[in-house]
Amino acid sequence: MLYFYLRDLSPNHQIGALFIFVFGFLLLANIVTFVMSIREHADDAEGDKRRKDLASMQGVIRTSWMMVLVFWVGWVTGDWVALTVFGFVSFFALREFMTLSPTRYGDHRSLVLAFFVVLPLQYWLIWAEHFNMFAVFIPVYVFLALPVASALANDPTRFLERNAKLQWGIMVCIYGISHVPALLLLKFPGYNNKSAFLVFFLVFVVQTCMVTQHLVSRKLKRAPAIPAISQSFNWPSWWIGVTAGSLLGALLAGITPWVPGTAFAFSFIACVAGSLGHLVMKALKRDRGIPSWGVNVRAVTGAGGLLDRVDGLCFAAPVFFHSAIWYFNL
Amino acid sequence: MLAKLMGMFLLGLIRVLTGSQARWHGCPPKAEQRIYFANHQSHADLMMIWAALPKELRSVTRAIAAKDYWTKTPFKKWLTTEVFNVIYVSRDRTSDEDPLEPLIEALGNGDSIILFPEGTRGHTGEPQAFKAGLYNLAKKCPNAVLVPAWINNVQHVLPKGEVVPVPVLCSVTFGAPLALGPDEDRGVFLKRAREAVVALRDV
Repeated sequence: MLYFYLRDLSPNHQIGALFIFVFGFLLLANIVTFVMSIREHADDAEGDKRRKDLASMQGVIRTSWMMVLVFWVGWVTGDWVALTVFGFVSFFALREFMTLSPTRYGDHRSLVLAFFVVLPLQYWLIWAEHFNMFAVFIPVYVFLALPVASALANDPTRFLERNAKLQWGIMVCIYGISHVPALLLLKFPGYNNKSAFLVFFLVFVVQTCMVTQHLVSRKLKRAPAIPAISQSFNWPSWWIGVTAGSLLGALLAGITPWVPGTAFAFSFIACVAGSLGHLVMKALKRDRGIPSWGVNVRAVTGAGGLLDRVDGLCFAAPVFFHSAIWYFNL
Repeated sequence: MLAKLMGMFLLGLIRVLTGSQARWHGCPPKAEQRIYFANHQSHADLMMIWAALPKELRSVTRAIAAKDYWTKTPFKKWLTTEVFNVIYVSRDRTSDEDPLEPLIEALGNGDSIILFPEGTRGHTGEPQAFKAGLYNLAKKCPNAVLVPAWINNVQHVLPKGEVVPVPVLCSVTFGAPLALGPDEDRGVFLKRAREAVVALRDV
Protein backbone atom coordinates (compact mmCIF):
# COMPACT_ATOMS: atom_id res chain seq x y z
CA MET A 1 0.00 0.00 0.00
CA LEU A 2 2.60 2.50 1.22
CA TYR A 3 4.98 1.23 -1.46
CA PHE A 4 2.56 1.96 -4.27
CA TYR A 5 1.75 5.35 -2.81
CA LEU A 6 5.43 6.26 -2.73
CA ARG A 7 6.07 4.86 -6.19
CA ASP A 8 3.41 7.07 -7.76
CA LEU A 9 4.81 10.27 -6.24
CA SER A 10 6.95 12.56 -8.38
CA PRO A 11 10.74 12.13 -7.93
CA ASN A 12 10.90 15.33 -5.91
CA HIS A 13 8.21 14.16 -3.53
CA GLN A 14 9.91 10.80 -3.23
CA ILE A 15 13.17 12.43 -2.24
CA GLY A 16 11.31 14.65 0.22
CA ALA A 17 9.67 11.59 1.75
CA LEU A 18 13.06 9.93 2.03
CA PHE A 19 14.42 12.89 3.98
CA ILE A 20 11.42 12.89 6.31
CA PHE A 21 12.01 9.20 6.92
CA VAL A 22 15.74 9.68 7.60
CA PHE A 23 15.21 12.72 9.83
CA GLY A 24 12.62 10.76 11.81
CA PHE A 25 15.00 7.83 12.17
CA LEU A 26 17.83 10.05 13.43
CA LEU A 27 15.51 11.79 15.86
CA LEU A 28 14.46 8.41 17.18
CA ALA A 29 18.12 7.41 17.59
CA ASN A 30 18.73 10.66 19.47
CA ILE A 31 15.84 9.99 21.82
CA VAL A 32 16.92 6.41 22.47
CA THR A 33 20.52 7.38 23.29
CA PHE A 34 19.25 10.22 25.49
CA VAL A 35 17.03 7.87 27.47
CA MET A 36 19.94 5.42 27.79
CA SER A 37 22.21 8.20 29.00
CA ILE A 38 20.01 9.11 31.99
CA ARG A 39 19.85 5.53 33.22
CA GLU A 40 21.67 4.83 36.47
CA HIS A 41 24.21 2.01 36.68
CA ALA A 42 24.70 0.05 39.89
CA ASP A 43 28.19 -1.10 38.96
CA ASP A 44 30.61 1.80 38.47
CA ALA A 45 33.02 0.06 36.09
CA GLU A 46 30.16 -1.28 34.01
CA GLY A 47 28.53 2.16 33.98
CA ASP A 48 31.74 3.77 32.81
CA LYS A 49 32.06 1.34 29.92
CA ARG A 50 28.44 1.87 28.95
CA ARG A 51 28.86 5.64 29.04
CA LYS A 52 31.91 5.44 26.81
CA ASP A 53 30.08 3.25 24.30
CA LEU A 54 27.18 5.66 24.38
CA ALA A 55 29.43 8.65 23.81
CA SER A 56 30.94 7.06 20.69
CA MET A 57 27.43 6.14 19.52
CA GLN A 58 26.33 9.75 19.97
CA GLY A 59 29.35 10.82 17.93
CA VAL A 60 28.20 8.59 15.07
CA ILE A 61 24.67 10.02 15.29
CA ARG A 62 25.98 13.57 15.27
CA THR A 63 28.06 12.83 12.15
CA SER A 64 25.03 11.27 10.50
CA TRP A 65 22.98 14.40 11.26
CA MET A 66 25.69 16.52 9.69
CA MET A 67 25.84 14.35 6.57
CA VAL A 68 22.06 14.23 6.15
CA LEU A 69 21.75 17.98 6.66
CA VAL A 70 24.44 18.56 4.04
CA PHE A 71 22.56 16.36 1.58
CA TRP A 72 19.30 18.05 2.42
CA VAL A 73 20.70 21.52 1.88
CA GLY A 74 22.29 20.32 -1.36
CA TRP A 75 19.01 18.89 -2.56
CA VAL A 76 16.92 21.93 -1.63
CA THR A 77 19.25 24.49 -3.13
CA GLY A 78 20.58 22.81 -6.25
CA ASP A 79 23.65 21.02 -7.49
CA TRP A 80 26.14 23.83 -7.25
CA VAL A 81 25.58 24.18 -3.50
CA ALA A 82 26.17 20.46 -3.03
CA LEU A 83 29.33 20.79 -5.10
CA THR A 84 30.51 23.75 -3.00
CA VAL A 85 29.82 21.90 0.23
CA PHE A 86 31.76 18.85 -0.93
CA GLY A 87 34.49 21.17 -2.16
CA PHE A 88 34.85 22.40 1.40
CA VAL A 89 34.86 18.83 2.72
CA SER A 90 37.73 18.11 0.31
CA PHE A 91 39.51 21.26 1.44
CA PHE A 92 39.31 20.43 5.16
CA ALA A 93 40.14 16.76 4.62
CA LEU A 94 43.21 17.67 2.58
CA ARG A 95 44.19 20.23 5.23
CA GLU A 96 44.11 17.45 7.82
CA PHE A 97 46.02 15.09 5.57
CA MET A 98 48.78 17.56 4.76
CA THR A 99 49.18 18.64 8.39
CA LEU A 100 50.22 15.16 9.37
CA SER A 101 52.49 14.55 6.40
CA PRO A 102 55.66 16.52 6.90
CA THR A 103 56.15 18.96 4.04
CA ARG A 104 59.24 20.97 3.28
CA TYR A 105 59.79 24.49 2.14
CA GLY A 106 60.09 23.27 -1.46
CA ASP A 107 56.57 21.84 -1.39
CA HIS A 108 54.95 25.20 -0.89
CA ARG A 109 54.20 25.93 -4.55
CA SER A 110 52.85 22.41 -5.12
CA LEU A 111 50.59 22.78 -2.10
CA VAL A 112 49.30 26.11 -3.38
CA LEU A 113 48.51 24.39 -6.69
CA ALA A 114 46.78 21.50 -4.96
CA PHE A 115 44.55 23.63 -2.75
CA PHE A 116 43.76 26.58 -4.96
CA VAL A 117 44.01 25.26 -8.52
CA VAL A 118 43.46 21.50 -8.58
CA LEU A 119 40.62 21.44 -6.06
CA PRO A 120 38.44 24.16 -7.68
CA LEU A 121 39.18 22.85 -11.17
CA GLN A 122 38.13 19.34 -10.29
CA TYR A 123 34.79 20.56 -8.92
CA TRP A 124 34.33 22.91 -11.85
CA LEU A 125 34.80 19.98 -14.24
CA ILE A 126 31.96 18.19 -12.48
CA TRP A 127 29.74 21.24 -12.55
CA ALA A 128 30.38 21.72 -16.25
CA GLU A 129 29.73 17.98 -16.73
CA HIS A 130 33.04 17.28 -18.46
CA PHE A 131 32.96 13.75 -17.16
CA ASN A 132 35.68 12.36 -19.38
CA MET A 133 38.10 15.08 -18.35
CA PHE A 134 37.06 14.88 -14.71
CA ALA A 135 37.94 11.19 -14.57
CA VAL A 136 41.50 11.67 -15.82
CA PHE A 137 42.32 15.23 -14.76
CA ILE A 138 43.94 14.25 -11.44
CA PRO A 139 45.35 10.78 -12.21
CA VAL A 140 46.98 11.97 -15.42
CA TYR A 141 47.56 15.70 -15.66
CA VAL A 142 47.96 16.64 -12.00
CA PHE A 143 50.15 13.62 -11.29
CA LEU A 144 52.50 14.69 -14.03
CA ALA A 145 52.36 18.44 -13.34
CA LEU A 146 52.86 18.49 -9.56
CA PRO A 147 56.30 16.83 -9.54
CA VAL A 148 57.36 19.47 -12.04
CA ALA A 149 56.38 22.20 -9.60
CA SER A 150 58.27 20.34 -6.86
CA ALA A 151 61.35 19.85 -9.02
CA LEU A 152 61.42 23.54 -9.90
CA ALA A 153 61.62 24.28 -6.16
CA ASN A 154 65.19 22.91 -6.26
CA ASP A 155 65.02 20.58 -3.28
CA PRO A 156 65.88 16.89 -3.89
CA THR A 157 65.57 15.77 -0.25
CA ARG A 158 63.15 12.82 -0.05
CA PHE A 159 61.71 13.98 -3.34
CA LEU A 160 59.87 10.78 -4.23
CA GLU A 161 58.41 10.41 -0.75
CA ARG A 162 57.15 13.99 -0.56
CA ASN A 163 55.56 13.83 -3.96
CA ALA A 164 53.94 10.51 -3.26
CA LYS A 165 52.39 11.95 -0.10
CA LEU A 166 51.02 14.98 -1.86
CA GLN A 167 49.63 12.95 -4.75
CA TRP A 168 48.09 10.42 -2.44
CA GLY A 169 46.46 13.19 -0.42
CA ILE A 170 45.02 14.72 -3.57
CA MET A 171 43.82 11.35 -4.80
CA VAL A 172 41.95 10.54 -1.59
CA CYS A 173 40.75 13.96 -0.48
CA ILE A 174 39.95 15.63 -3.79
CA TYR A 175 39.50 12.88 -6.38
CA GLY A 176 37.72 10.45 -4.05
CA ILE A 177 35.38 12.88 -2.33
CA SER A 178 34.50 14.73 -5.54
CA HIS A 179 32.93 11.54 -6.91
CA VAL A 180 30.15 11.70 -4.33
CA PRO A 181 28.55 14.91 -5.66
CA ALA A 182 29.47 13.85 -9.20
CA LEU A 183 26.78 11.16 -8.86
CA LEU A 184 24.22 13.96 -8.63
CA LEU A 185 24.97 15.05 -12.18
CA LEU A 186 24.95 11.62 -13.80
CA LYS A 187 22.00 11.08 -16.13
CA PHE A 188 20.85 7.45 -16.21
CA PRO A 189 18.32 6.29 -18.77
CA GLY A 190 14.84 6.20 -17.20
CA TYR A 191 16.07 7.63 -13.90
CA ASN A 192 15.47 11.34 -14.23
CA ASN A 193 16.18 13.78 -11.42
CA LYS A 194 16.58 11.03 -8.92
CA SER A 195 20.37 10.98 -8.66
CA ALA A 196 20.12 12.33 -5.11
CA PHE A 197 18.84 8.85 -4.23
CA LEU A 198 22.02 7.34 -5.58
CA VAL A 199 24.18 9.53 -3.34
CA PHE A 200 22.04 8.59 -0.38
CA PHE A 201 22.23 4.92 -1.42
CA LEU A 202 26.01 4.95 -1.63
CA VAL A 203 26.56 6.75 1.68
CA PHE A 204 23.97 4.72 3.55
CA VAL A 205 25.20 1.37 2.26
CA VAL A 206 28.88 2.08 2.92
CA GLN A 207 28.22 3.53 6.39
CA THR A 208 26.07 0.52 7.30
CA CYS A 209 28.82 -1.84 6.20
CA MET A 210 31.43 -0.03 8.30
CA VAL A 211 29.26 0.32 11.41
CA THR A 212 28.20 -3.34 11.23
CA GLN A 213 31.78 -4.44 10.82
CA HIS A 214 32.81 -2.30 13.79
CA LEU A 215 30.06 -3.62 16.06
CA VAL A 216 30.51 -7.26 15.03
CA SER A 217 34.27 -7.18 15.56
CA ARG A 218 33.61 -5.95 19.10
CA LYS A 219 31.21 -8.77 19.83
CA LEU A 220 33.19 -11.53 18.10
CA LYS A 221 36.52 -10.75 19.76
CA ARG A 222 38.53 -12.68 17.17
CA ALA A 223 42.30 -12.29 16.90
CA PRO A 224 43.08 -9.36 14.58
CA ALA A 225 44.09 -10.44 11.08
CA ILE A 226 46.65 -7.66 10.61
CA PRO A 227 47.49 -6.54 14.16
CA ALA A 228 50.28 -4.17 13.11
CA ILE A 229 47.76 -2.03 11.27
CA SER A 230 44.40 -2.61 12.90
CA GLN A 231 43.54 -4.11 16.27
CA SER A 232 39.93 -4.69 15.30
CA PHE A 233 40.08 -5.98 11.73
CA ASN A 234 39.33 -9.64 11.17
CA TRP A 235 37.94 -11.48 8.15
CA PRO A 236 34.71 -12.91 9.66
CA SER A 237 33.46 -9.51 10.80
CA TRP A 238 34.58 -7.97 7.52
CA TRP A 239 32.48 -10.50 5.62
CA ILE A 240 29.49 -9.89 7.89
CA GLY A 241 29.82 -6.13 7.43
CA VAL A 242 30.10 -6.34 3.65
CA THR A 243 27.21 -8.78 3.46
CA ALA A 244 25.01 -6.58 5.67
CA GLY A 245 25.80 -3.53 3.51
CA SER A 246 25.12 -5.41 0.28
CA LEU A 247 21.85 -6.89 1.57
CA LEU A 248 20.71 -3.44 2.60
CA GLY A 249 21.63 -2.28 -0.92
CA ALA A 250 19.45 -5.03 -2.41
CA LEU A 251 16.58 -3.97 -0.12
CA LEU A 252 16.96 -0.37 -1.28
CA ALA A 253 16.88 -1.39 -4.96
CA GLY A 254 13.60 0.53 -5.31
CA ILE A 255 15.38 3.88 -5.07
CA THR A 256 18.15 2.92 -7.53
CA PRO A 257 17.95 2.40 -11.31
CA TRP A 258 18.68 -1.30 -10.72
CA VAL A 259 16.88 -4.54 -9.91
CA PRO A 260 17.74 -6.04 -6.47
CA GLY A 261 20.39 -8.39 -7.85
CA THR A 262 22.32 -5.62 -9.59
CA ALA A 263 21.87 -3.31 -6.62
CA PHE A 264 23.37 -6.05 -4.47
CA ALA A 265 26.38 -6.30 -6.79
CA PHE A 266 26.92 -2.55 -6.82
CA SER A 267 26.60 -2.31 -3.03
CA PHE A 268 29.04 -5.17 -2.72
CA ILE A 269 31.60 -3.33 -4.86
CA ALA A 270 31.11 -0.12 -2.86
CA CYS A 271 31.35 -1.91 0.50
CA VAL A 272 34.52 -3.81 -0.42
CA ALA A 273 36.16 -0.63 -1.73
CA GLY A 274 35.02 1.42 1.27
CA SER A 275 36.01 -0.99 4.03
CA LEU A 276 39.37 -1.86 2.49
CA GLY A 277 40.00 1.84 1.78
CA HIS A 278 39.39 2.51 5.45
CA LEU A 279 42.08 -0.07 6.16
CA VAL A 280 44.50 1.68 3.80
CA MET A 281 43.92 4.96 5.63
CA LYS A 282 44.56 3.15 8.90
CA ALA A 283 47.89 1.96 7.57
CA LEU A 284 48.73 5.56 6.66
CA LYS A 285 47.86 6.68 10.18
CA ARG A 286 50.03 3.95 11.69
CA ASP A 287 52.86 5.12 9.49
CA ARG A 288 52.50 8.60 10.99
CA GLY A 289 52.24 7.07 14.48
CA ILE A 290 48.77 8.35 15.31
CA PRO A 291 45.62 6.43 16.22
CA SER A 292 43.25 8.64 14.23
CA TRP A 293 43.14 11.86 12.26
CA GLY A 294 41.19 13.37 15.17
CA VAL A 295 41.14 12.43 18.87
CA ASN A 296 44.75 12.41 20.10
CA VAL A 297 46.24 14.63 17.45
CA ARG A 298 43.57 17.19 18.17
CA ALA A 299 45.79 18.38 20.99
CA VAL A 300 48.57 19.09 18.53
CA THR A 301 46.86 20.15 15.35
CA GLY A 302 43.29 21.00 16.22
CA ALA A 303 42.21 18.39 13.70
CA GLY A 304 38.58 17.48 13.98
CA GLY A 305 39.01 14.02 12.55
CA LEU A 306 36.94 14.72 9.43
CA LEU A 307 39.06 12.32 7.43
CA ASP A 308 38.24 9.51 9.88
CA ARG A 309 34.59 9.89 8.99
CA VAL A 310 34.86 10.09 5.23
CA ASP A 311 37.84 7.87 4.39
CA GLY A 312 35.68 4.86 3.43
CA LEU A 313 33.64 7.02 1.08
CA CYS A 314 36.81 8.39 -0.53
CA PHE A 315 37.55 4.92 -1.86
CA ALA A 316 34.00 3.70 -2.42
CA ALA A 317 32.77 6.71 -4.41
CA PRO A 318 35.15 6.57 -7.40
CA VAL A 319 34.78 2.80 -7.77
CA PHE A 320 31.01 3.02 -7.49
CA PHE A 321 30.84 5.94 -9.91
CA HIS A 322 32.97 4.39 -12.60
CA SER A 323 31.37 0.96 -12.39
CA ALA A 324 27.96 2.65 -12.78
CA ILE A 325 29.22 4.52 -15.84
CA TRP A 326 30.62 1.31 -17.25
CA TYR A 327 27.42 -0.61 -16.56
CA PHE A 328 25.19 1.93 -18.32
CA ASN A 329 27.72 2.57 -21.03
CA LEU A 330 27.43 6.33 -20.44
CA MET B 1 34.90 50.56 9.52
CA LEU B 2 37.14 49.35 6.72
CA ALA B 3 39.74 48.36 9.29
CA LYS B 4 37.14 46.40 11.23
CA LEU B 5 36.05 44.55 8.09
CA MET B 6 39.66 43.81 7.23
CA GLY B 7 40.19 42.49 10.76
CA MET B 8 37.17 40.21 10.44
CA PHE B 9 38.29 39.05 7.01
CA LEU B 10 41.80 38.21 8.23
CA LEU B 11 40.41 36.44 11.27
CA GLY B 12 38.14 34.32 9.07
CA LEU B 13 41.00 33.63 6.69
CA ILE B 14 43.39 32.50 9.40
CA ARG B 15 40.68 30.24 10.85
CA VAL B 16 40.00 28.57 7.51
CA LEU B 17 43.69 28.16 6.78
CA THR B 18 44.94 27.01 10.17
CA GLY B 19 42.02 26.17 12.42
CA SER B 20 43.72 28.62 14.86
CA GLN B 21 43.59 26.35 17.85
CA ALA B 22 44.50 27.90 21.22
CA ARG B 23 45.77 25.59 23.95
CA TRP B 24 45.99 27.19 27.35
CA HIS B 25 48.39 24.81 28.98
CA GLY B 26 50.00 26.67 31.84
CA CYS B 27 47.58 29.53 32.42
CA PRO B 28 44.01 30.48 31.53
CA PRO B 29 43.18 33.42 29.28
CA LYS B 30 42.83 36.26 31.76
CA ALA B 31 42.43 40.01 31.65
CA GLU B 32 45.67 40.92 33.34
CA GLN B 33 48.65 42.76 31.94
CA ARG B 34 50.76 40.26 30.08
CA ILE B 35 53.77 40.04 27.84
CA TYR B 36 53.30 37.10 25.47
CA PHE B 37 56.58 35.96 23.95
CA ALA B 38 56.77 33.32 21.24
CA ASN B 39 58.87 31.75 18.52
CA HIS B 40 58.83 33.61 15.22
CA GLN B 41 58.83 31.86 11.87
CA SER B 42 56.31 33.62 9.70
CA HIS B 43 54.35 36.81 9.15
CA ALA B 44 51.27 34.85 10.13
CA ASP B 45 52.61 34.38 13.69
CA LEU B 46 51.18 37.64 14.89
CA MET B 47 47.78 36.79 13.42
CA MET B 48 47.93 33.31 14.93
CA ILE B 49 48.33 34.61 18.48
CA TRP B 50 45.84 37.35 17.75
CA ALA B 51 43.24 34.84 16.51
CA ALA B 52 43.95 32.44 19.36
CA LEU B 53 43.17 35.05 22.02
CA PRO B 54 39.56 35.52 23.14
CA LYS B 55 37.83 38.55 21.63
CA GLU B 56 37.94 40.59 24.84
CA LEU B 57 41.70 40.23 25.16
CA ARG B 58 42.39 40.82 21.48
CA SER B 59 41.56 44.52 21.68
CA VAL B 60 43.95 45.21 24.55
CA THR B 61 46.81 43.05 23.28
CA ARG B 62 49.20 44.78 20.92
CA ALA B 63 52.02 43.31 18.91
CA ILE B 64 55.44 44.76 18.18
CA ALA B 65 56.44 45.44 14.60
CA ALA B 66 59.66 46.69 13.05
CA LYS B 67 59.17 50.29 11.99
CA ASP B 68 61.36 50.21 8.88
CA TYR B 69 59.60 47.18 7.38
CA TRP B 70 55.99 47.77 8.34
CA THR B 71 55.78 51.47 7.41
CA LYS B 72 57.38 51.03 3.99
CA THR B 73 54.16 51.13 1.97
CA PRO B 74 50.88 52.91 2.81
CA PHE B 75 49.05 49.57 2.84
CA LYS B 76 51.47 47.96 5.31
CA LYS B 77 51.23 51.03 7.49
CA TRP B 78 47.44 51.06 7.38
CA LEU B 79 47.30 47.34 8.16
CA THR B 80 49.57 47.60 11.16
CA THR B 81 48.14 50.77 12.66
CA GLU B 82 44.43 50.57 11.87
CA VAL B 83 43.79 46.83 11.92
CA PHE B 84 46.33 45.46 14.36
CA ASN B 85 47.15 48.60 16.34
CA VAL B 86 50.78 47.49 16.67
CA ILE B 87 53.58 49.23 18.50
CA TYR B 88 56.44 50.25 16.22
CA VAL B 89 60.03 49.83 17.26
CA SER B 90 62.96 51.03 15.19
CA ARG B 91 65.60 48.44 14.49
CA ASP B 92 68.40 50.88 13.67
CA ARG B 93 70.37 52.06 16.65
CA THR B 94 71.40 55.45 15.19
CA SER B 95 68.91 57.51 17.15
CA ASP B 96 69.81 57.81 20.79
CA GLU B 97 66.26 57.20 22.04
CA ASP B 98 65.62 53.97 23.91
CA PRO B 99 64.09 51.47 21.45
CA LEU B 100 61.94 50.07 24.25
CA GLU B 101 60.38 53.46 24.98
CA PRO B 102 57.17 52.83 22.95
CA LEU B 103 56.70 49.44 24.59
CA ILE B 104 57.02 50.80 28.08
CA GLU B 105 54.57 53.52 27.16
CA ALA B 106 52.06 50.93 25.92
CA LEU B 107 52.47 48.85 29.07
CA GLY B 108 51.99 52.07 31.04
CA ASN B 109 48.60 52.45 29.33
CA GLY B 110 47.60 49.04 30.61
CA ASP B 111 47.88 47.17 27.31
CA SER B 112 49.30 43.66 27.00
CA ILE B 113 51.92 43.07 24.33
CA ILE B 114 53.04 40.30 22.00
CA LEU B 115 56.78 40.02 21.56
CA PHE B 116 58.94 37.86 19.33
CA PRO B 117 62.26 37.95 21.19
CA GLU B 118 64.21 36.38 18.31
CA GLY B 119 63.89 39.72 16.57
CA THR B 120 63.48 38.26 13.11
CA ARG B 121 61.84 35.30 11.45
CA GLY B 122 63.85 32.10 11.50
CA HIS B 123 63.28 29.13 9.26
CA THR B 124 65.12 26.30 10.94
CA GLY B 125 62.36 25.13 13.29
CA GLU B 126 64.60 25.70 16.30
CA PRO B 127 64.24 29.28 17.63
CA GLN B 128 67.33 31.49 17.57
CA ALA B 129 68.84 33.01 20.72
CA PHE B 130 66.56 35.58 22.37
CA LYS B 131 67.48 39.24 22.25
CA ALA B 132 67.82 41.37 25.36
CA GLY B 133 64.55 43.28 24.84
CA LEU B 134 62.51 40.77 26.81
CA TYR B 135 64.87 41.00 29.78
CA ASN B 136 64.93 44.79 29.78
CA LEU B 137 61.17 44.95 29.55
CA ALA B 138 60.70 42.46 32.39
CA LYS B 139 63.10 44.49 34.49
CA LYS B 140 61.35 47.79 33.82
CA CYS B 141 57.79 46.50 34.12
CA PRO B 142 57.79 43.95 36.95
CA ASN B 143 53.99 43.93 37.13
CA ALA B 144 53.46 42.44 33.68
CA VAL B 145 53.08 38.64 33.66
CA LEU B 146 55.46 36.91 31.23
CA VAL B 147 53.65 34.18 29.27
CA PRO B 148 55.64 31.92 26.91
CA ALA B 149 53.90 30.63 23.79
CA TRP B 150 54.80 28.12 21.11
CA ILE B 151 53.34 28.60 17.66
CA ASN B 152 53.21 25.26 15.91
CA ASN B 153 53.38 24.62 12.17
CA VAL B 154 52.88 28.19 10.95
CA GLN B 155 56.11 28.17 8.95
CA HIS B 156 54.35 25.76 6.58
CA VAL B 157 51.49 28.19 6.01
CA LEU B 158 53.59 31.05 4.77
CA PRO B 159 57.35 30.45 4.51
CA LYS B 160 59.63 33.45 4.29
CA GLY B 161 59.50 34.91 0.80
CA GLU B 162 56.18 33.36 -0.27
CA VAL B 163 52.96 35.29 -0.82
CA VAL B 164 50.19 32.71 -1.18
CA PRO B 165 49.44 30.87 2.09
CA VAL B 166 48.51 27.18 2.16
CA PRO B 167 46.12 25.56 4.64
CA VAL B 168 47.82 23.61 7.43
CA LEU B 169 46.39 23.06 10.89
CA CYS B 170 48.28 25.13 13.45
CA SER B 171 48.05 25.72 17.16
CA VAL B 172 49.29 28.15 19.77
CA THR B 173 50.26 26.69 23.13
CA PHE B 174 50.42 29.08 26.07
CA GLY B 175 52.62 27.96 28.95
CA ALA B 176 52.96 28.71 32.65
CA PRO B 177 54.01 32.31 33.40
CA LEU B 178 57.66 33.06 34.03
CA ALA B 179 59.06 35.54 36.54
CA LEU B 180 62.37 37.35 36.45
CA GLY B 181 64.42 36.54 39.56
CA PRO B 182 65.42 39.48 41.79
CA ASP B 183 69.04 39.50 40.65
CA GLU B 184 68.94 37.07 37.78
CA ASP B 185 71.62 37.46 35.15
CA ARG B 186 70.50 38.58 31.68
CA GLY B 187 71.95 35.62 29.80
CA VAL B 188 70.55 33.11 32.27
CA PHE B 189 67.08 34.63 32.09
CA LEU B 190 67.01 34.77 28.29
CA LYS B 191 68.14 31.16 28.09
CA ARG B 192 65.46 30.13 30.58
CA ALA B 193 62.80 32.04 28.64
CA ARG B 194 63.83 30.39 25.39
CA GLU B 195 63.75 26.96 26.98
CA ALA B 196 60.26 27.67 28.34
CA VAL B 197 59.08 28.41 24.81
CA VAL B 198 60.78 25.37 23.28
CA ALA B 199 59.42 23.09 26.04
CA LEU B 200 55.88 23.89 24.90
CA ARG B 201 56.54 22.27 21.56
CA ASP B 202 56.10 18.78 22.96
CA VAL B 203 53.28 19.13 25.47
